[in-house]
Amino acid sequence: MPEITFDAEVDITDKVCPLTFVKAKVSLEELEEGEVLAIRMNDGEPVQNVPRSMKEEGHQVLKLKDNEDGTYTLYVKKVEA
Amino acid sequence: MAATVDYAALKKGGFMRQKQKGYFSLRLQVVGGNLTAENIKTVSEVAEKYGQGYVHMTSRQGIEIPFIKFEDIEEVKAELAKGGVNPGVCGPRVRTVTACQGGAICPSGCIDTYELAKELNERYFGRELPHKFKFGVTGCQNNCLKAEENDLGIKGGMVVTYDKPACINCGVCVKACREGALTASEDGILLDAEKCNNCGRCVKSCPVDAWKGESGYIVSFGGLFGNKIYKGETIVPIIKDKETLFRVADAAIKFFEDNAKAGERFRFTLQRVGEEKFEQVIKAAAAGEESVF
Repeated sequence: MPEITFDAEVDITDKVCPLTFVKAKVSLEELEEGEVLAIRMNDGEPVQNVPRSMKEEGHQVLKLKDNEDGTYTLYVKKVEA
Repeated sequence: MAATVDYAALKKGGFMRQKQKGYFSLRLQVVGGNLTAENIKTVSEVAEKYGQGYVHMTSRQGIEIPFIKFEDIEEVKAELAKGGVNPGVCGPRVRTVTACQGGAICPSGCIDTYELAKELNERYFGRELPHKFKFGVTGCQNNCLKAEENDLGIKGGMVVTYDKPACINCGVCVKACREGALTASEDGILLDAEKCNNCGRCVKSCPVDAWKGESGYIVSFGGLFGNKIYKGETIVPIIKDKETLFRVADAAIKFFEDNAKAGERFRFTLQRVGEEKFEQVIKAAAAGEESVF
């Protein structure tokens, strides 16, 4: 599978729910429609919930990559509401 | 006066005798935990005028207005009725049906709990039985409403199916599933049906709707959370339609009515009469058969 190209990245491994989602959302707000954000998050609650929250906000989730270090990277394309 | 007071009748009408002689705490009917602003205004006015200016929130989403005087009871009922507020019930009968906000409001909800609570309430509320009987409706596996505490608990869930051509193999569902039921493979996502608890998180999280969910009801029987504590047990798999749900609920209530001793909670009836016998009744009802007992 080809690597996903992205326009910006944010690390939310320093936050706990619900600030994980808040931090990711703030980063996404700085992007233009159609740009891709790479969000690095911890295993467990963030990886269970953040992808779904992004979907519920109307953005397009592209891929969840296992970094094999206890973190995951979620690629999200910004969709304006 | 006291000699003529019919406490059982008052209890049936939601009036709970207080420690303080001549005073009653009036329990109100709050279906599925919702009240209109108009209802609340009326309750507030009655509490000010006839009570002591406060209400008590009960553990089952109800409101009680304490310190109602015996002689004001009829007047209080009439004033409440004008604001669309009805008394609840106490004693050996079907109690207020409780519900979380459910699918109409909550992103996690798999079923419309409020609609269902209203329907259950219309069908069963106040029905005379050998002992109290509680219904609770919760929208999903998060179980905010604690379905298994109830004599009959209903939990929303989803029967899920995988649409492989639509799947982009993003991996989100595998992590969203908390039961370890999903595995990514060369051939798309594999579902271990044994592990699936019908939570619907794969459906809710899938960015391309490759997981389809059909809403349904997971029913538990015989829960207790009072003097004795028992978790309600599930007997049949998730029920996909309301008709079957009501047939199963009818069968459970009838079993209780026919078999319970006065003052015996559902759980103890099941233990005394035999849980296998009850299982047969419920399985038959779920399969569409009329009860043979």
